[in-house]
Amino acid sequence: MERPLTSNIYPDRPPLNLKEYEKAGGYIALRKACSGMSPAALQKLVQDSNLKGRGGAGFNTGIKWSLVPMGDEAPHPKYLIANADEMEPGTFKDRVLLEGNPHQLIEGMILAAYAIQADIAYVFLRWAYHEAAALLRKSIQEAYDAGYLGKDILGSGFHLDMHLHTGVGRYMCGEETALLNALEGKRATPRAKPPFPQVSGLFGKPTIVNNVETLCCIPHIVNNGADWFKGLSYSEDGGTKLYGVSGKVKKPGAWELPMGITMRELIEEHAGGMKSGFQLKGVLPGGASTDFLTVQHLDIKLDYKSVAAAGSRLGTGTMIVMDDGTCPVGFVHNLQHFFAQESCGWCTPCREGLPWVEKILLAMEKGEGRKEDLELLQMHTQLLGPGNTFCALAPGAMEPLQSALKYFRDDFEKHIDHKKCPYD
Amino acid sequence: MLTAIEKKAIDHEIELVPYRKASVIEALKIVQQHRGWISDESVEEIAAYLEISPAEVDSVATFYNLIFRKPVGRHIILLCDSISCYVMGYRLLHKALEEKLHIRMGQTTDDNRFTLLPNVCLGCCDHAPALMIDKDLYRDIEPALLDDILKKYA
Ligand SMILES: Cc1cc2nc3c(=O)[nH]c(=O)nc-3n(C[C@H](O)[C@H](O)[C@H](O)COP(=O)(O)O)c2cc1C
Ligand code: SF4
Ligand code: FES
Repeated sequence: MERPLTSNIYPDRPPLNLKEYEKAGGYIALRKACSGMSPAALQKLVQDSNLKGRGGAGFNTGIKWSLVPMGDEAPHPKYLIANADEMEPGTFKDRVLLEGNPHQLIEGMILAAYAIQADIAYVFLRWAYHEAAALLRKSIQEAYDAGYLGKDILGSGFHLDMHLHTGVGRYMCGEETALLNALEGKRATPRAKPPFPQVSGLFGKPTIVNNVETLCCIPHIVNNGADWFKGLSYSEDGGTKLYGVSGKVKKPGAWELPMGITMRELIEEHAGGMKSGFQLKGVLPGGASTDFLTVQHLDIKLDYKSVAAAGSRLGTGTMIVMDDGTCPVGFVHNLQHFFAQESCGWCTPCREGLPWVEKILLAMEKGEGRKEDLELLQMHTQLLGPGNTFCALAPGAMEPLQSALKYFRDDFEKHIDHKKCPYD
Repeated sequence: MLTAIEKKAIDHEIELVPYRKASVIEALKIVQQHRGWISDESVEEIAAYLEISPAEVDSVATFYNLIFRKPVGRHIILLCDSISCYVMGYRLLHKALEEKLHIRMGQTTDDNRFTLLPNVCLGCCDHAPALMIDKDLYRDIEPALLDDILKKYA
């Protein structure tokens, strides 16, 4: 089984430096692109590979790039940004790539920048990843020294500067338009679309924001071709995927596996199954803002379409397992506390609604819930749902709530009927 | 007054952006790094240097979780309170830390040694529960391990 993204990552060794990365085949893809591949051909190649964005929304990366204005008339500077904010609770996959092989990301970024003819690239890194920050600083400098960054890269006439920006902690910085505001030194509130960032992004210039894992796939697609990439997958979405599992399983962790393996294989084989004494009760398949799946869904394929057909989202592909000893009301309360705290306050349904939801759930946990609260919660899942808020934070927050009300309704009812948490 | 060192670092950031005020987050980070936190005076000094109003600087400063607008202790404990750590028992750590340090979440010890803060997912959920002290990450933590960890910070 091929594992292109992680085959050069060894858990107990520092990541490859420039020389070692080159020896392992690094920067060959960049040489290939710089010796005669047109930006349009690179965009087409990535589009054909059916690489879908790994940041959560799952949009075809090549098509996203194709919306950037090209040619002599295009506004400059254009920007390419790696979204390394990774603050979705339960998500730890980009960290593996950032700490494990920083040059792979840098090469992917240079290639993406070449495809859209960007002038400046940023890594937007969350503050907590101190080790990744140090590694990236060193690796970016190595890439400059080797002529992979800066002026006239490998004699192609293409110029690119790359900077590292570390955030100061706010989940909203991961939302791509809020990220642009943060980079401009503003509060991380989202922007109205259209105009899309591809046309008017950072400082009003054409900009592409891609997830770290998305960008790390690019060198491998250039080296091996679109068909090879598609062939890595068990489903129609191309490539491998970094899946993760946390919670009370025997071996929590992250693994690069073919896109479309089943949830059962992931949880029972790779994560070793549940710890003894615990049963699986629910799973958030792709981070905190995805709908619960349950035991009945264990055999679904973990690709974008199949998880959507089961009523959830693949999201970041890092699952959070809820066991039968954990109270679903407490679990969802913890999630809503996070979302209420991280709401940027820009639009009313989210700013006012999430704290209300949080308070109702807290009251239930304390045994102070009322029958009508279930309807109130249900009502919020609609009021804060898609189309009613300015960005996807609030609808994302409602996903685990609405599915918990569906699958674990009796747990909510018990809290109300017995006036206490049955798990205490 | 911003020090010469602070100004030099901010000037470097200003060079990378199209206009001065775009570097306000970097300026806040730089000043906090030197002074530990951002006082009202610091807000005014940054505002003057970037040629914007203090209110504009403060609107940014108060938005971000890790810009401190109140004094903090010598060491900052960030305890992850997000979902995987919730499942794996961060509440026991929360209780143990409050008891050991005799402070509540959000407070600083009398000797100014520690400030205890809740924090969102630290991105190591496969090793939950987790906490961070200054720049050091601690994973798979149980209350019994806390004494040895805290000892390292004077
Ligand atoms: C509240 C919120 C937080 C997000 N956080 C992240 C993040 O930390 N990292 C990320 O790559 N995408 C995040 N996204 C998705 C981005 O907006 C964007 O879709 C993604 O970076 C695009 O990259 P991709 O096309 O490569 O997936 C977030 C979205 C929302 C609504
Ligand atoms: S949905 Fe929430 S996070 Fe998104 S813009 Fe509205 S208030 Fe801000
Ligand atoms: S939930 Fe605590 S580290 Fe992710």
